[in-house]
Amino acid sequence: MLVRFFSALGRPFLRFVQYLGEVVMLAGDTFRSLFTHRLRWKLFLNQVVEIGLLSQLVVVITGGFTGAVFSAQTYFQFHKIGMGSAVGAVVSVALLRELGPVLTALMVTGRVGAAMSAEIGTMKVTEQIDALRALAVYPTDYLVVPRALAMMVSMPLLVAECIAVGIGVGYLVAIFLLEVNGTYYMANMVKWTRNRDIIMGLSKAFCFGILIVFISCHKGLTAREGAVGVGRATTEAVVNASLAVLIINFFLTMLLNVIYPAGYQ
Amino acid sequence: MIEVRSLVKKIGAQEILRGVDLEVARGETLAIIGRSGGGKSVLLKHLIGLMKPDTGQIWVEGQNIIGMKERSLASIRQKVGILFQGSALFDSMTVAENIAFPLREAGERDPKLLRRRVTEILEVMELQGEEEKMPVNLSGGMKKRVGLARSIIRQPSCILYDEPTSGLDPIVSDSINRLIRRLQQRFGVTSIVVTHDMKNAFHVADRVAYLHEGRIYFHGTPDELRTSTDKLIQDFLLGRSEEQLTPKAFGVES
Repeated sequence: MLVRFFSALGRPFLRFVQYLGEVVMLAGDTFRSLFTHRLRWKLFLNQVVEIGLLSQLVVVITGGFTGAVFSAQTYFQFHKIGMGSAVGAVVSVALLRELGPVLTALMVTGRVGAAMSAEIGTMKVTEQIDALRALAVYPTDYLVVPRALAMMVSMPLLVAECIAVGIGVGYLVAIFLLEVNGTYYMANMVKWTRNRDIIMGLSKAFCFGILIVFISCHKGLTAREGAVGVGRATTEAVVNASLAVLIINFFLTMLLNVIYPAGYQ
Repeated sequence: MIEVRSLVKKIGAQEILRGVDLEVARGETLAIIGRSGGGKSVLLKHLIGLMKPDTGQIWVEGQNIIGMKERSLASIRQKVGILFQGSALFDSMTVAENIAFPLREAGERDPKLLRRRVTEILEVMELQGEEEKMPVNLSGGMKKRVGLARSIIRQPSCILYDEPTSGLDPIVSDSINRLIRRLQQRFGVTSIVVTHDMKNAFHVADRVAYLHEGRIYFHGTPDELRTSTDKLIQDFLLGRSEEQLTPKAFGVES
């Protein structure tokens, strides 16, 4: 009974370990390639446009409405104990340390991660990746390196944008809709928001970008069985990257809080 | 030029290649024939390192490519071009971009030179004026010719053709056959043509190898193949099947 339980558990566990190993190997191969082989600038800039520029609207809407609703909800609670002007500090720190990076990462996973795995997966099942290899082009150099580098550059900028818009909209909601005193709102926000909150948010953004790009590219590169395989790879890329973002976020929070502790100290 | 020794490949539980031995001399055209699903394309992909065998050796220009790392294979792949069965054109690029791709990747940046080389090769392929079309807008025969143009633009010393005439009408097939022959005569390249189209094999090949149940069953000239009295070969040449399809097989009671 016990043996059967562990052997049943063993196979998925081994598969999971193998999967993690493959993603880590891809990341290692990409970083090695990044430092030892020439960068295809045109592909990199195309990916910056694809990941960074074309994600603007999604990120602005996400940041704006998150800031608005968070500002309102915090006000509804704080107002009862006479702390309405502290809303700015809470919104700002929460957006910087958690909401901005996580929500942006989830939106980018849905928009960019899905597109990456679908595009690379289609190339895989139509032998275009074999064609690259046959033409003496290493697929990691051509497909993964420009995407990874573009993601590492774009993701912190997108998160910064999401946070800035969130804080801005939160301010507007608090001041014009909820009639909080603007001077106190700003004073509290500036007082309680530290550089380390900004560093934490951007560090998380960078880590999430790496997670999304490697999970999505790996799923694309290992896609099989035609259109169904590409569809499955895309779905799995989005699900796995989203879960990875949420799980790793907890550990990053715990780790980064040691380096950059929260609060006024 | 290319030598294959005792090549074995299993995919899942199925043993696709069961000890293939093959030799192709420089400047020669070898046609590998055999039934669909018999492992011809798998064999071809091994020759350029796109698939790894379970056991065996493959020598290309005196180098054993088995065990070579992916990056090290680049030097071999620059000498060996391949035309894929489905052409494998990059669907996000135009015809001209597809054809110029190997040159760009080799570091050629001069737009005038690239344009001239693309125009020249499109003339050889009888595809003048198709530079700006996307692969999705090309017919099957045009895709094959663009794929071929892309694989020969860097002037490889060997070209591998995977089913170059499959799915094409007889006239387009004939034009592809002539093209293969012309490339061989004009550039003296070594060619390996995987096909089950006998007209294609007889038209282009100096020698023919018949792959059957994962092994080379016959190896000889096209004339030797034609005059062979072996029942298996005659059945293949004449397209004779032993399976009798009865109306019952289609769900119809006789």
